[in-house]
Amino acid sequence: MRKLTGGLILLLLLGACKFNGDKKTLPIYGNRTPVTKTVNGQQVTDTVYQSIPAFKFVNQYGDSVGSKNLQHDIYVADFFFTSCPSICPIMQRNMLAVYNAYKDTADIKIISYTIDPKHDTVPVLKKYADKLGISGNSWWFLLGDKDTVYQLANSYLVNVGEDKTAPGGYMHQGYFILIDKQQHVRGSYDGTDPKQVDQLIADIKTLKAEPVSK
Amino acid sequence: MKTGIIACICFLLLALIYSCQSDTSIEFKQYYSAGSLVYQSHCQNCHGAKGEGLAALIPPLTDTSSLKKHQTKLPCIMQNGLKGKTTIAGKDFDGAMPAAGLTPIEIAQVVTYVGNSFGNKLGVVTGDDVGVALRKCN
Repeated sequence: MRKLTGGLILLLLLGACKFNGDKKTLPIYGNRTPVTKTVNGQQVTDTVYQSIPAFKFVNQYGDSVGSKNLQHDIYVADFFFTSCPSICPIMQRNMLAVYNAYKDTADIKIISYTIDPKHDTVPVLKKYADKLGISGNSWWFLLGDKDTVYQLANSYLVNVGEDKTAPGGYMHQGYFILIDKQQHVRGSYDGTDPKQVDQLIADIKTLKAEPVSK
Repeated sequence: MKTGIIACICFLLLALIYSCQSDTSIEFKQYYSAGSLVYQSHCQNCHGAKGEGLAALIPPLTDTSSLKKHQTKLPCIMQNGLKGKTTIAGKDFDGAMPAAGLTPIEIAQVVTYVGNSFGNKLGVVTGDDVGVALRKCN
């Protein structure tokens, strides 16, 4: 009997070890649609996940860049404006932590979309980046047509818009959105909360370790 | 008998000094603790939980000599906002600070809080001090 109990405990311990050893994978957010195709005469149902549509904007260096340049990258996106008096400073302070953690990792980028293209011209964005201490190409501040950016925000599951009653004239949510190499939304974090930003930094590592084919 | 009287006077003197001190320290504590809440809700987003500022965008509040130099102007800056170049700790800042929308007493509280946090020790600034300073704003 004793031996049996000992064996049982050992088995349970092993089970626990195996459970802990399992790789954590991040969920895929957004709408999903089942698509039924005929492959080799057989009906196959596949799930198509919401993905970020193609876009082409201008970065703080005046270069035309877009989704094509991000095909092989994991990136974190947020929406801001340089004259924002409310949550942007704390968001960018927290985003600096993400930048400092991954600025030397080639396939990880940060994309900050301005929601005030009228004021945030290329020189304004460049000056802002310089003042934040950002150099190189791992953090882009993107300028695009206002309606296109607002539309794009929806695919990142973020709400932005003009609001005369909001501080600075724009309403926006301070989320940091984690996008994988297939342009799927893999995480959403409150950019004003340092704890959630730490989680984001950890999740990027998890996502990077994910097998390429899915 | 004589020593008793002397001891009694000494004790009274000590008690008087002690109560005076605790008067200012109670006033200081009231301003300071109220100021910490005002700071959290009106200042911290930009200037940071430790008054560290944000790179070259938002000036820090940790430079005692700059704070001291601008101490009488601080209430005006909070009431009216600030635009144009400012030099803090040898670094130039030219962003805009919005008006904080605070009452004079809240300004006094937060000036006391900032003036005695983040390595600063500038003592209490009262509502009366702020009232005087606000009348001198241009």
